[in-house]
Amino acid sequence: MPKTYEEINAKIKAGEAVVVTAEEIIDIVEEEGAAKAAERVDVVTTGTFAPMCSSGAFLNTGHAHPRLKIQKAWLNDVNAYAGLAAVDLYIGATEATEDDPLNRDHPGDFSYGGGHVIEDLVAGKDVRLKAIAYGTDCYPRKKLDTWINIEDLNEAFLCNPRNAYQNYNVAVNVHADRPIYTYMGTLKPEIGNANYCSAGQLSPLLNDPYYRTIGIGTRIFLGGAQGYVFWQGTQHNPTVERLENGVTKAGAGTLSVVGDLKAMDQRWIRGVSFHGYGVSLNVGLGIPIPVLDEDIVRFTAVRDEDIVAPIVDYSRGYPYSEGGPLGHVSYAELKSGEIEIDGRTVETGALSSYPEAQKIAQLLKEQIEAGEFLLGRPVELIPSVESGLTFKGLKERPVEEEVTADG
Amino acid sequence: MAKTRVVFHYPRTLIDVPVVSRIAREYDLDFNILRANITPDAEGLLVLELAGDAAEITRALEWANAQGVSTQALEKDVVRDDDECTQCGVCVTICPTDALRKDPVTQEVLFTPDDCVACELCVPACPPRAMAVAF
Ligand code: SF4
Ligand code: SF4
Repeated sequence: MPKTYEEINAKIKAGEAVVVTAEEIIDIVEEEGAAKAAERVDVVTTGTFAPMCSSGAFLNTGHAHPRLKIQKAWLNDVNAYAGLAAVDLYIGATEATEDDPLNRDHPGDFSYGGGHVIEDLVAGKDVRLKAIAYGTDCYPRKKLDTWINIEDLNEAFLCNPRNAYQNYNVAVNVHADRPIYTYMGTLKPEIGNANYCSAGQLSPLLNDPYYRTIGIGTRIFLGGAQGYVFWQGTQHNPTVERLENGVTKAGAGTLSVVGDLKAMDQRWIRGVSFHGYGVSLNVGLGIPIPVLDEDIVRFTAVRDEDIVAPIVDYSRGYPYSEGGPLGHVSYAELKSGEIEIDGRTVETGALSSYPEAQKIAQLLKEQIEAGEFLLGRPVELIPSVESGLTFKGLKERPVEEEVTADG
Repeated sequence: MAKTRVVFHYPRTLIDVPVVSRIAREYDLDFNILRANITPDAEGLLVLELAGDAAEITRALEWANAQGVSTQALEKDVVRDDDECTQCGVCVTICPTDALRKDPVTQEVLFTPDDCVACELCVPACPPRAMAVAF
């Protein structure tokens, strides 16, 4: 019999909800069958902890005396976007420090950037805010240089336009005769290693592959606090090829998420550096999936063996959009530490932390069991296969120089 | 009689040249290969224990340098800050030894200092920069 969000939330409040992780549900469905599991289990928790580049935070610093309308701003020398109202800022995860040598001395180090500023804020460290303004009658001041602390900000909320990718590429270097430095880590020549980035069977969207329970208003674990899904993520691509079990054979669904930075924990919000590439932010994210019916529980029982990822060449294939994947491998193979590519054994590396994903799923389970975390019923689900939505490339229309009559 | 541990970094072109046996012969040194590997640059990496006259060891290393082999005394330690480590596992394919490896069952990334040759390759490769050189 199908369940409703209200029934499950009533059970959570009464301390009677049966909550299991996306790992535990695998054996339960195997042993009890989907019908019984759907009756008995109310919520399945998922988790992931990985670099998520499309992340950032809105901050409101409060007004200085005299007031200024910030035109340009830097937090610990990292540029924050100020093209908003007077003292609203957006600090993006991948913004490098202003005077960073970047890749001029290749491969660059990228030891600090936006992701680290966000982590420092969460950790309660003082952050230096420098700002300039052009001055107006209502905002006369032109300069600011001050320490700020997250405690003193009016608002500080994480607002990430693309997180929780449903599946991702396995990156290799086929053609370059040197290591290449990518957002998927350092890739050794001659397919010297293969890097992947997904929690596989614990990953949120891989457990609800058609987004039957995920949409605007879904309450999630975000950076250690409670956050929300507020939109589909950028590049959301539900129409990629799928296996029979609904698993997408490549990166597909994504989420836009929001949550109170002041309530987050540094453990799950970590600035990271990619040698020769840039900076980013590791985000801990978990989604509770309500077991509304038998189909949903069957989806949550997906195992690493049943999820495949495409092997993509990052020396030519990805940067120049040449050719398709070199093949597919399962997460069970990836997690074994070695995969086979063209008859060769290749060592695998991961960017997504499985032990931390397990902890997030476990923590979320405990919070729900304790009645501290209620399910958010989405007011609208994110677009699924029937939307026909696809992720398009940019159609360039080169700009021709205008020829004037007398030119 | 002196004994020292050295890391040899061979450029690709030199990988097949028998530098080590030549050193042993010309400078009358005993050697013991502790580890041999290929780094991400596809360079050769050799950890050696050299024993013999101290001045001869120095001369041997100078000769190796002149051949294009860079040498590094194994005196630094590379350490991991376990609080900073996020247990991702992107370092395991960068580490030329087994010092950083992943338990295939628990997916935990294990660091074994005894297997570390202080090549420092993991230091910039670790996203939260949990690996650092300790002097
Ligand atoms: S790359 Fe760094 S954070 Fe990741 S497992 Fe290795 S030491 Fe830990
Ligand atoms: S320094 Fe790092 S990469 Fe080199 S051997 Fe030690 S642990 Fe491995």
